[in-house]
Amino acid sequence: MKRYLLVFLAVLLIVSVSVFAKVKIVYWQYYFETKVKAIDELIKEFQKLYPDIEVEHVTFPYETFNEKVAASVPAGTGPDVVNLYYGWIPKYVTSGYLQPLPKSEFSDEYFAKNFFSFVPKGVEFMGERYALPIAVRSLALFWNKDLFKEAGLDPEKPPRTLQELVEMAKKLTKYDKQGNIVQAGLATQPSGQGHHWIREVLTRQFGGAPYNDDYTKVTYQNVPAALKFYTDLITVHKVGYPGFMNDDITAFTSQAAAMNIDGSFRIASLKKAGINFGVAELPEYNGIKSNFASFWANGITKNATGEKLDAAIKFIKFLSSDKVMEIWLDRVGELPANPTVAQKYYNDPIYGPFLKGLEYAHATMFVDETAQRQVMMDAVDKVWLKGISPEQAFKESAQTEQAVLDKFWKSVGR
Amino acid sequence: MKLRHKKILTAYLFLLVPLTFFAFIRFYPMISAFYISFTDWNIISPVKHFVGLSNYVNIFKDSVFRISLLNTLKYVLYGVPSVIILSLILALLLNNITKLQGFYRLIYVMPYITPLVATSWVWRWMYQKPPTGIINNFLNFFGLPVRNFLMSTTEALPSIVTTTVWIEVGYCVIIFLAGLQSIPKEYLEAAKVDGANRRQLLFKITLPLLNPVIVFLSVMETIMFLRIFTQVYNMSDQGSGGPLNSTKPLVLYIYQKAFKSFDMGMATAATVVLFLIILGITVVQLKVLNRKIQY
Repeated sequence: MKRYLLVFLAVLLIVSVSVFAKVKIVYWQYYFETKVKAIDELIKEFQKLYPDIEVEHVTFPYETFNEKVAASVPAGTGPDVVNLYYGWIPKYVTSGYLQPLPKSEFSDEYFAKNFFSFVPKGVEFMGERYALPIAVRSLALFWNKDLFKEAGLDPEKPPRTLQELVEMAKKLTKYDKQGNIVQAGLATQPSGQGHHWIREVLTRQFGGAPYNDDYTKVTYQNVPAALKFYTDLITVHKVGYPGFMNDDITAFTSQAAAMNIDGSFRIASLKKAGINFGVAELPEYNGIKSNFASFWANGITKNATGEKLDAAIKFIKFLSSDKVMEIWLDRVGELPANPTVAQKYYNDPIYGPFLKGLEYAHATMFVDETAQRQVMMDAVDKVWLKGISPEQAFKESAQTEQAVLDKFWKSVGR
Repeated sequence: MKLRHKKILTAYLFLLVPLTFFAFIRFYPMISAFYISFTDWNIISPVKHFVGLSNYVNIFKDSVFRISLLNTLKYVLYGVPSVIILSLILALLLNNITKLQGFYRLIYVMPYITPLVATSWVWRWMYQKPPTGIINNFLNFFGLPVRNFLMSTTEALPSIVTTTVWIEVGYCVIIFLAGLQSIPKEYLEAAKVDGANRRQLLFKITLPLLNPVIVFLSVMETIMFLRIFTQVYNMSDQGSGGPLNSTKPLVLYIYQKAFKSFDMGMATAATVVLFLIILGITVVQLKVLNRKIQY
């Protein structure tokens, strides 16, 4: 009897030691079904690789995500690894929430080898880098093949330049007797992806840049031609207008818009809707190409120290590994953040144009995404609703946005 | 202790329980909102720096805040009189019929009991330009020029007010009807015997006796329009309060500052301003409208 007891105690000791030896880290992300399922699956894989690490996965509704983060920090609870939009990094860093990724583990070479070139810039803030993405997003031109055929255009030949875009859009637009648009040639929705297209694509194509290199000065007002090109689509060529069929997505999905500029995240829903669509790289202008890229990334919070920090580093490295990126494309539909992994899909008719676009894409650094989006929407509204010139509208928007930037940079002591 | 005193004491003790609860869930957040309005808190940072009155100075310097404040007052000025007058007329008409009264009441109250988000979206679609919007299709059919409605800086706010009036009328009609039916028939009959005409009946008897109801509804509707949010959020593009801030009310401004721009300091400062406005207007309304009337 005594022997059994001794054996039992010995087993208990071994089990408890191995349990206590496990490092537990907490991972937070917002709730999006396919992402949640994919992470659950990946955590299992990760734990097989590192049996001494346990990852707890917690999700919240997107709307309350920042509130939860805010509530957790002063309480000293919350995640060790957090999934966040790259545009939030400045806010999270200045609030003392994130810690910089150690340079010993994440060198310049590491970033150069594993990610598209806009990624290290997108996760950098005041000389330090803070997060790693699994996947990235970019813009492309979606076109409806059936509507092309109906308008007598070749359904396999989307516009390649801005001039062609305008010409084709005109042919694809239909009006009623009173001159109201009943079918838009090109959906124009600044509140959709339109504001990114103007800011990062058209501004560069017309020979300028939206901001200076360190994003402290607004410079797009020097290229009013970018805004003029966009608003001409509405006021001169009359191929669409903001709010047609409520928004660009509804218009394109209900086959009332023949073309739309949208992100890679739309692919799944368009396939589901059974639209006969094609995807093309964004039209170029005078040989200049540009694109807007964005991403969600995983950062390490100040909570993770010692063993937890080591485990967190292993976890985010694992999540950004080649194998995971492929799983992510398959399960979630987002593009691999590593150009080598992406190479495989370059000739895919749907993913290819997005991936090619990533090579010359820029990720705007936002300090207040809502406010910065609003000024771009307002610039368009001022031109088509108020008849203000694109020069004046861009100048006013730049002034408003500069104030937002100044306030932010002043708060971080620059 | 007398029995009466005991009873009073017991009442106070029982009242203390919900009062404590109320204090924690209502007054504590309110007071902390006052406090946050003097800090530069960004909702993520654990530290809140005291910045004095600078948030208040900044919001009044912010042109968007001034526009939102003006818009909020426009909602009240356009909305409250329309709701009160329209629902009073409808209630007077409904009060005169006996057949199908229930049916009419149901029809008027329907918009009010439907979820606000749903009604907002239905109206948003109705206001669309052709070929989707039913109102514009109607105009188009008769060869009339189409309107921009929500896509115009001048028409968007009145369009949202119209929808809100349509929703609120149902509620006010029911309350007015209850008020009308509580007026004793004898008064009206006596006046008729004395030779009063319909105009005199309305202005000398019905309306004065309806005064408490009018006061109640005016106060409630003013507060409702001052706090307008859901309709605007759902009827403007991406809940922005546009186009060009032309429909943005204070509550939407507060929401955007707090949860989109993470500027809790300015958001709470705007909240305090809104609170003071609501308090001020309500006090004035109760004083002015609730005067004793000599019959």
